[in-house]
Amino acid sequence: MARAAGTLTLAVRDLAVRFGGVAALAGVSFDVHPGTITSVIGPNGAGKTTAFNAITGYLAPTRGRIEYDGSPLTGLRPSAIAARGIVRTFQRTSVFPALTVADNVMIGLHLRGVAGLVDVTLRRRRLAAEESRLAREADGILDFVGLGRRRGERASELPYGEQRLVELAVALGARPRLLLLDEPGAGMTTAEKTTVTDLIYRIRDQATTVLLVEHDMRMVMSISDAVIVLNHGRVIAAGTPAAIQAHPDVIRAYLGSAGDRA
Amino acid sequence: MSGAGRAVLAGLALTLPFWLPNPYFLHVAIMAGIFGVLALSLNLLLGYTGQLSLGHAAFFGIGAYASALLTLRLEWSFWLALPAAVALAALAGWLIGRLALKLRGAYFVLVTISFAGVVALVSVNWMELTNGPLGLPGVPAPTLGPWSLRGKPAYYYLVLAAVLLASLVCRRLVHSRIGRAFVALRENEPLAESVGVDVTHYLVLAAVVSAAMAGLAGSLYAHYTRFVSPEVFLFSYTVTMVIMVVAGGKGTLAGPLVGALIFTVLPEALRAVVSWQWQMLAYGVLLILLVVFLPRGIVPAIAAWRVRQAP
Amino acid sequence: MAELLQHLVNGLVLGGTYALLGIGLTLIFGLMNVVNFAHGEFYTLGAYATFAALGLAGANFFAAVLAAIACGAVLGALCEQALLRPLRAESIDTTMLVMIGVWIAMQNAELLIWGGVAKSIPHPFPTAPLVLGPVSIAPLRAFVLVLAAGLIVMAYLAIHRTRLGTAMRATFQDRDTAALMGVRIHRMHTVTFAFGSGLAAAAGALLGPVFLAYPSMGDLASLKAFSVVILGGLGNLPGATLGGLLLGIAEELGAGYISSGYRDAVGFVIIILVLLLRPAGLFTKQERIG
Repeated sequence: MARAAGTLTLAVRDLAVRFGGVAALAGVSFDVHPGTITSVIGPNGAGKTTAFNAITGYLAPTRGRIEYDGSPLTGLRPSAIAARGIVRTFQRTSVFPALTVADNVMIGLHLRGVAGLVDVTLRRRRLAAEESRLAREADGILDFVGLGRRRGERASELPYGEQRLVELAVALGARPRLLLLDEPGAGMTTAEKTTVTDLIYRIRDQATTVLLVEHDMRMVMSISDAVIVLNHGRVIAAGTPAAIQAHPDVIRAYLGSAGDRA
Repeated sequence: MSGAGRAVLAGLALTLPFWLPNPYFLHVAIMAGIFGVLALSLNLLLGYTGQLSLGHAAFFGIGAYASALLTLRLEWSFWLALPAAVALAALAGWLIGRLALKLRGAYFVLVTISFAGVVALVSVNWMELTNGPLGLPGVPAPTLGPWSLRGKPAYYYLVLAAVLLASLVCRRLVHSRIGRAFVALRENEPLAESVGVDVTHYLVLAAVVSAAMAGLAGSLYAHYTRFVSPEVFLFSYTVTMVIMVVAGGKGTLAGPLVGALIFTVLPEALRAVVSWQWQMLAYGVLLILLVVFLPRGIVPAIAAWRVRQAP
Repeated sequence: MAELLQHLVNGLVLGGTYALLGIGLTLIFGLMNVVNFAHGEFYTLGAYATFAALGLAGANFFAAVLAAIACGAVLGALCEQALLRPLRAESIDTTMLVMIGVWIAMQNAELLIWGGVAKSIPHPFPTAPLVLGPVSIAPLRAFVLVLAAGLIVMAYLAIHRTRLGTAMRATFQDRDTAALMGVRIHRMHTVTFAFGSGLAAAAGALLGPVFLAYPSMGDLASLKAFSVVILGGLGNLPGATLGGLLLGIAEELGAGYISSGYRDAVGFVIIILVLLLRPAGLFTKQERIG
């Protein structure tokens, strides 16, 4: 275990988050290996999004360690974590609504630019060069996600499925080395899910490790190299999709929660 | 705007003192320019970062007092006092930005109002420095080599240069990653953070640049009216700036200037007909009407209208 | 020591009215999510309405104060129905700008009606102070303190002991559930705004005779109300009461021991410091609206 730690993309150790008296995460540990697609699944309220929020600095864990490439992330702000190469998307569609698709991606490219106040006010040529470089990168990303023809449209006016692609394009702008996707397939049609699945493969192939929260089991089982199952704020199983599907605790957790709903 | 339209506008602005014979009209143009800089400055915060500063008169006043005191007490040249006033206002902006770092919306507004309140009270009570409510008369007019810029035409060009400078800075900012970071803060702060925009850093930066511009306007105002008193901190200045920005179109480059022009010229034109109180009353009603019926402002409304007219 | 006691008594008089202002604002802020920058104008309205009822209608002083409170409540209800109801779906920033518009319009309307010269409001109390051991208090101020305390108690009772108050608290806690339970949210908003405005008018009617009535008196009142709300925590009624008393006493002490010129800076500094250090307010442990 200790020997492998140096090569792990993400090592979560005994992570706990409490809201008031409620433990959303009660000591969770798991690994994400470089170059993989890893999924976090579990019934509603299992703590999946809480884990994402803790990893990306949106909330402070009550206990535990999070290591990225062997160095701790705990205590860093979300923007600082993004600067290290960890970028996340949100469960609810989250774009810059009043801006065009292209401008959305331009904000995503924030970390790809360097211009400061002095460059902006005094070094006209340097600024122009940076702007055209960023615009080219934005075009490339939009083509990559298949939104090239939408670049001039307001993000809020796009249909839902395409807004989720905008979100993905914004995240890709920051060139993540670890990308956390919170339910990328939620609310999508089967055709759209195929597009997203294909995109996730292509993102992985560009040397980006992917960690995703997803409810669609077919998508999870087909796409993942590894699956982590959370229930009531604890890891109840972790392993390959095949092993998870056969795991008795997982079956119980899902049947149990299905039974609650009925 | 088309290139031709822009050239005509530039030509008009540059030749204004030659065909506008009445010095009173030129005075209105100068005030419109000073308010134009102020409106541009407020727009950086309100229009781009989405945070309303109701303490903007403080930066204006700090610029005015700094410039007046440096030239009166230390006998600095205007050309040194101006950048010093800008720097001091920027420092105040930095302070406010640091204070309001985590505060948004109404809380941001309250901190800016409170800051302006404290500064205004200091200007009234620190008699040794500010001469209290009596103010500082005799602020010297700037000179340029052997020429005095005391005359209205010369001062007009000085103010015009300031307007151009402020517009240029705004334009460059907006079309850069800094301006996009401002907008990201306004549109969706958590998303901005997720792609590495250090939102608080950019809020402080916006406050600094905005305050610096307001300080520039303050210095120009002090050396134009040649008198500074605690009135520079009047809340009605801030209100006027807000109206100009909201009416012209917040978050646009041209909007604040259009708003400044309208709301400097209109009150002057109406002065003979209605009293100042009626005007302020109308400002209040107008602000309500604008927010309800023209929430995005004049410039975006015209742009949208032209898009619809286009075949 | 005697001096300190005197400052404390004076502070309580001011603080009681600040609490009235704060309770009104915190209700509006908490229940309607409206940042009411026109709050101080209802305070001004209360002072001028008292003045008008006394001078023009020749009313009895106590009747004039009641009339002023009613006037504030009615105008508040109108303002809510005409301006805020159509904007219910809009963001808090939009309504904030609208209320800034109301603030400017009301203040300048008052300036037009009454002129810029401060008016002194006559009152029937003797000027000779009541002396209680080391402290003395003008009868008018004692009346202000008693009536403010009475109004605060009434506000509590109205919110905790009446059906309307229960509906108000329900709306504050969970608007959707309250609506499902049959609470008419529209009406709740009108009532809340009228209630808050009435309390602000009461504060103006009480402090108007102590000081003077002038058109811009509402500016500082607004800011003081905001300081109180921030001190007490959003939507926190006991917090607003304590915050009001605290601000009144702090101002008196500041004016007495530091410099009277900076009396009004106390509120500003409180806003900045509390927002900086304890943005949720000083008394967050307490229950919100009951």
